[in-house]
Amino acid sequence: MILKTQFSALLKSISTIIGRKTERIRLLENLRIGEPALVMEGIVKRFSGVIANDYIDFEVRKGEIHALLGENGAGKSTLMNILYGLYRADEGKILLGGEEVNINSPKDALELGIGMVHQHFMLVNKFTVKENLALGSMSPKGLLIENAKITKRVEELTKKYGLKLDLDCEIWQLSVGEQQRVEITKALYQGADLLVLDEPTSVLTPQEVKELFMSLRRMVAEGLTIIFITHKLNEIMAISNRVTVLRKGKHIATLDTSRTSRKELAKLVLGEEFTLGLEKPSSSKSNNEILLVKNLWALDDLGIDALKSISFSLKKGEILGVVGVSGNGQKELAEVITGLRRAKNGEILLKGNNITGKTPEEISKKGVGYIPEDRMTTGLLMDFTVAENEILKAPLLDKLFLNRREISKYAEDAILEFDIRTPSKDTPTKHLSGGNLQKLILSRELRLKPQVLIAAQPTRGLDVRATQYIWNKLLTERLKGVGILLISEDLDEIFCLSDRIMIFFDGYIVGEGTPKSFSIEEIGKMMTGTKRLDCGKNGKFVAEKSS
Amino acid sequence: MASLLLRKAVEQIRSLWKTNVVRSYLTAIFGALVIGAILLGFAGVNPVTAYPMIWTGAFGSVRAVTETLVKTIPLLIISSGLTIAFKCNLWNIGAEGQLYLGAIFATWIGISVFTGGLLYVPIMIIAGFLAGGLWAAVSGILKAKLKANEVLVTMMLNSVAFLLMDYVLLGPLQDPEAQGFPISPFIVNSAYLPKLWSTTRLHAGIILAISAPILMYLVLLRTNIGYKIRAVGVNPKAARYGGIDVAKSMMIAMFLSGGFAGVAGAIEVCGVHHRLLKGISPGYGYTGIIVALLGKMHPIGIALASFLFAALEIGTDAMARSLNLPIFFSAVLQGVIVLFFIASEFILKKTKGK
Repeated sequence: MILKTQFSALLKSISTIIGRKTERIRLLENLRIGEPALVMEGIVKRFSGVIANDYIDFEVRKGEIHALLGENGAGKSTLMNILYGLYRADEGKILLGGEEVNINSPKDALELGIGMVHQHFMLVNKFTVKENLALGSMSPKGLLIENAKITKRVEELTKKYGLKLDLDCEIWQLSVGEQQRVEITKALYQGADLLVLDEPTSVLTPQEVKELFMSLRRMVAEGLTIIFITHKLNEIMAISNRVTVLRKGKHIATLDTSRTSRKELAKLVLGEEFTLGLEKPSSSKSNNEILLVKNLWALDDLGIDALKSISFSLKKGEILGVVGVSGNGQKELAEVITGLRRAKNGEILLKGNNITGKTPEEISKKGVGYIPEDRMTTGLLMDFTVAENEILKAPLLDKLFLNRREISKYAEDAILEFDIRTPSKDTPTKHLSGGNLQKLILSRELRLKPQVLIAAQPTRGLDVRATQYIWNKLLTERLKGVGILLISEDLDEIFCLSDRIMIFFDGYIVGEGTPKSFSIEEIGKMMTGTKRLDCGKNGKFVAEKSS
Repeated sequence: MASLLLRKAVEQIRSLWKTNVVRSYLTAIFGALVIGAILLGFAGVNPVTAYPMIWTGAFGSVRAVTETLVKTIPLLIISSGLTIAFKCNLWNIGAEGQLYLGAIFATWIGISVFTGGLLYVPIMIIAGFLAGGLWAAVSGILKAKLKANEVLVTMMLNSVAFLLMDYVLLGPLQDPEAQGFPISPFIVNSAYLPKLWSTTRLHAGIILAISAPILMYLVLLRTNIGYKIRAVGVNPKAARYGGIDVAKSMMIAMFLSGGFAGVAGAIEVCGVHHRLLKGISPGYGYTGIIVALLGKMHPIGIALASFLFAALEIGTDAMARSLNLPIFFSAVLQGVIVLFFIASEFILKKTKGK
């Protein structure tokens, strides 16, 4: 039995290597708009005892934008990964255009015309846009990239859907929004009729969201079908035709967007009356500057100036929001303050003491907490247990011999205090959900009683409940007099929490003031800047060198 | 206390069984035996008569068992040390050279006359630890400060250690009565590790060997240094963010790792050969790498793997000798078994994923 499957897999891979042209099966092409394009029936998926998808029925009609809504862990991604062939369903079947199909790999999915744009882009950074497009669809005949053909097809796609692309730019030169356009174009280029977008707006600026939505509308007008995974209610109301709500692995409802409301959807998602919104008490305004940054310069990983003459101050009990498209210096700012990156020039004063150039350990001990934007790769040791992660910065780690009893107590207290959902303190951290990972980081930082907290994208990718929790915690710390530097791309978050905001573009602070003094549109314009980076000839990056 | 430890050990073994480790080993041995039988057939030997010889060679007599244990000692110490480096994601390939350094410095103390008495052995072992540790720390420093690949550096330092061995055996440490042979004089009598069984070569080093994986386990799991080493090994970026000095942790991991190998060298001098000679290690430093990896870097796994490899070497050597097969045949058989181990793990990992 095993031999047989292995043998067929071998045959398959051999045929791929020698480049047998794969057949495109177009089951959706001849359907009429409004007919069921995709039907997933009774889908069940279990992961070692946990049921991720519990007899889910899901139907998408041709030519619609169908939103898939649910909290993290509700089973959205699992369902879509089954559709895309990354997982195999334990039970249930998939019908495409009325015909039952077997999808065992992303390759099968592509052949059936199912394309997926992941939250994390799967592009080769050092390749040009054209090369990335070619990668997904190597010419079966030879090893040559068919330049002219690609250019022509992409022009068609651009004209059809308004997806503008510079084919000769290398990926790393592009903004996140442009990279996403490459991903979408790639899926369309490979001939997708059904496009799955996994939280496509989480990384975009308001303007980019608008552009994306316009393109999506043109796509469905041309007969494409789109599944749009999200947990942002306002986007669902803005773009989708219908919406399916999942909760705890179960299908809860499928509704026409025009006949529902944000309130009803929120209720369906959370399963109970859940009061959205939070109270932001006015904190006792003090003028005590706790953190002072003077004329700070720093380089990014490529050795280009990422911070250019940054000066600002942070007061006790203040949340200072840093707004900007990622890659405009915010990350470098956080790293320089916390000692992870060297300052090229300038000073950072913590309560009047110069902390520039100190080690991360010294700065942490002086009372600077840091919630990094990359919670899985920087914030946590995913292979360590929850307890081991709790003590990463704790004074418990200063003794030569680790006191197991103290560590247990420390970790258990944190788990209790911050309501971290974990089977035990000895569970490997990688088994925790996103919200709980963030609570773990938050608990570790806050239990050290920081005076300054740098929170980078603290709620990115978190569901409503976890977001509320984090926001409330940050506001509590603010009341306690902690100065918080909130770096975020989520404008709702910035506006909800910040006392003051500053806008970053290209390493400069391009705007500063209270949130009320700006409109969303104004901020959006500042975030994208008046100057735009251009691609020179041959896709080479022309950086303006500042001395 | 003892019963608690025993119960814990039983639990550990049970959990190992559950993780397929033991099962994969049994499959591997079976597969290797089949291929080995074919090879034996080519050599004109009936495997049915040959295989029992491996068993009797390794376990058939008191002498066989004690010889197996004597070989287990350095393997266990080295693989315990290597685990510390591996857990820091540092691929120390240089245990062989680190063992040489430990042996050289231990011998140097062992042949110098001073009123050490009972202190000889401890001092020699400490000297071995420092020599091996510092030797390994060189690559640790180069890795931490200059990002030099530790695989290459440790491997090249092996060559340097071999040549250093040649130098001391033909120079400062050469036995004046050896008529030009590259051997050192015998160490003084009080520097001998006591024998556990007078008619065999089994010596008190086995006690140190057994404590090596326990020590390794305690260092890694119960000290802040161990925590930092593991953190750097798992994710250096997060470790740095957490305030851990990544470079320092790497150097310490390399130092400890080499120290263990150096101790193995000192023990070979004190316990087995009682002098320095070129063939002091038949590649323990390399076998130790395989032992550490096959033992899953777990103290019990390492202990079992060390014993198994020692038995395999003694057993296949004995078989080859009594059947008049070339001695390389035993190396071939060992190679087949290692290949099967690796393959079986790979296959099990694949099937478990489905």
